[in-house]
Amino acid sequence: MENTFQKIIDIEEAMEHFHDGMTIMFGGFGGIGTPPTLVDGILEKGIKGLTLIGNDSGFPHIGIGKVVSQGRAIKMIASHIGSNPVAGQLMTDGKMTVEFSPQGILAERIRAGGAGIPAILSDIGMDNEIVTGNKTRSILNGKEYLVETALTAEISIVFAKKADPFGNLIYDKSARNTNPLVAMAGDITIAEVEEIVPLGTLDPDEIITPGVFVDFIVPSKGVNWKWAWE
Amino acid sequence: MGMGVDVRNRIAKRAAEEIMDGMIVNLGIGIPSLVPNHLTEGIKVMFHAENGITGMGPSPVKGKEDANLCNAGGFPVSVVQGASYCDSTVAFGMIRKGRVDMTILGSLQVSEKGDLANWIVPGKKVPGMGGAMELAQKAKKVIVLMNQTDKYGYSKIVKECTLPLTSARCVDMIITDLAVFHLSEEGLKLTELFAPHSINEVRTKTGCGFIIEENVKIID
Repeated sequence: MENTFQKIIDIEEAMEHFHDGMTIMFGGFGGIGTPPTLVDGILEKGIKGLTLIGNDSGFPHIGIGKVVSQGRAIKMIASHIGSNPVAGQLMTDGKMTVEFSPQGILAERIRAGGAGIPAILSDIGMDNEIVTGNKTRSILNGKEYLVETALTAEISIVFAKKADPFGNLIYDKSARNTNPLVAMAGDITIAEVEEIVPLGTLDPDEIITPGVFVDFIVPSKGVNWKWAWE
Repeated sequence: MGMGVDVRNRIAKRAAEEIMDGMIVNLGIGIPSLVPNHLTEGIKVMFHAENGITGMGPSPVKGKEDANLCNAGGFPVSVVQGASYCDSTVAFGMIRKGRVDMTILGSLQVSEKGDLANWIVPGKKVPGMGGAMELAQKAKKVIVLMNQTDKYGYSKIVKECTLPLTSARCVDMIITDLAVFHLSEEGLKLTELFAPHSINEVRTKTGCGFIIEENVKIID
């Protein structure tokens, strides 16, 4: 494949961008659509003290759950950790803090981060101290809202079905989930893809994430989230 | 206290009767996932999954699963004709904008005012709210399917929820293994009874008072 934009790299080159104590945002929902090759790269490099932002903590051996289970994260911002008992244990033991955000609002906060918007107003979870915390409130047309701040990260990692050398991405079925949003919100965005196709072969109308948001493309070594039901 | 398959199916069947032609419906895990097996023949319904599927179909046969096509619980599903995929903001946009007609979900407690507590047991389980708050607060109709009592025999329908709320005053209807309740302007109202249970039994197993519909229907 012609590497016209120098975006296509291997996993070793990708790992040069990762370091201890950084904030990583990941795509995926219950592990499905979380880039497995990049997750394995994080584990092998041994980085720690991470802040992870994404929909959920995956399963203990699937998705971002592998990073969580090995105690590499000190903080998570997520909507759900119920499918990963290790995450719950780390939280209970005080080894990892978890900031819960309602799922759709979390997605919007990520989208806002990726769209250069500082915050959004939300009326979700106003009855709930875990959601409201000490967030700023704002009154608009006589109604009170929570100010939900935008989320960004030093690195975003996403999984896509196909990329062209510019980094234009298309996803596959429900493995899309938070990936297009996460792809926009990273200072650096790395896409792990099942297939890299020549420029011009993706129909411009079918592209979900324009390559503008994608800095690097890494070929996937294959997905591993079938075990959840097998 | 577990529930037999027959009881679970009876609850699911009653819930399925609430689904009208053309509705967009989101189903929670547990008994709600049995609802599609009981749909009235010929009605068109699009099942919505918050991980980005509109038009979810039944589980595929073994060996035909697609790793990239799963429901919000992570289990393989299929899609029906007319289905679409979207990202998480669009999936929740449908909910918050009021385009999801109904959500059918399980719960730990429901209060007589329709407060829903289904996401956290302090000191025990802290799984996170996932999409439950948006669904409870913004779906047009919220139906709760649950056991009348918990494993210790305490009523799950209570005067005030003791567990943290998912959302206040959001529940429209409760279907338990004993009876069907509606949340109306007048308050909690028993409208139907599953045979062979009696109103007296329901009374002893409900943690608050309730009004009784004039002609309570008995469901066999």
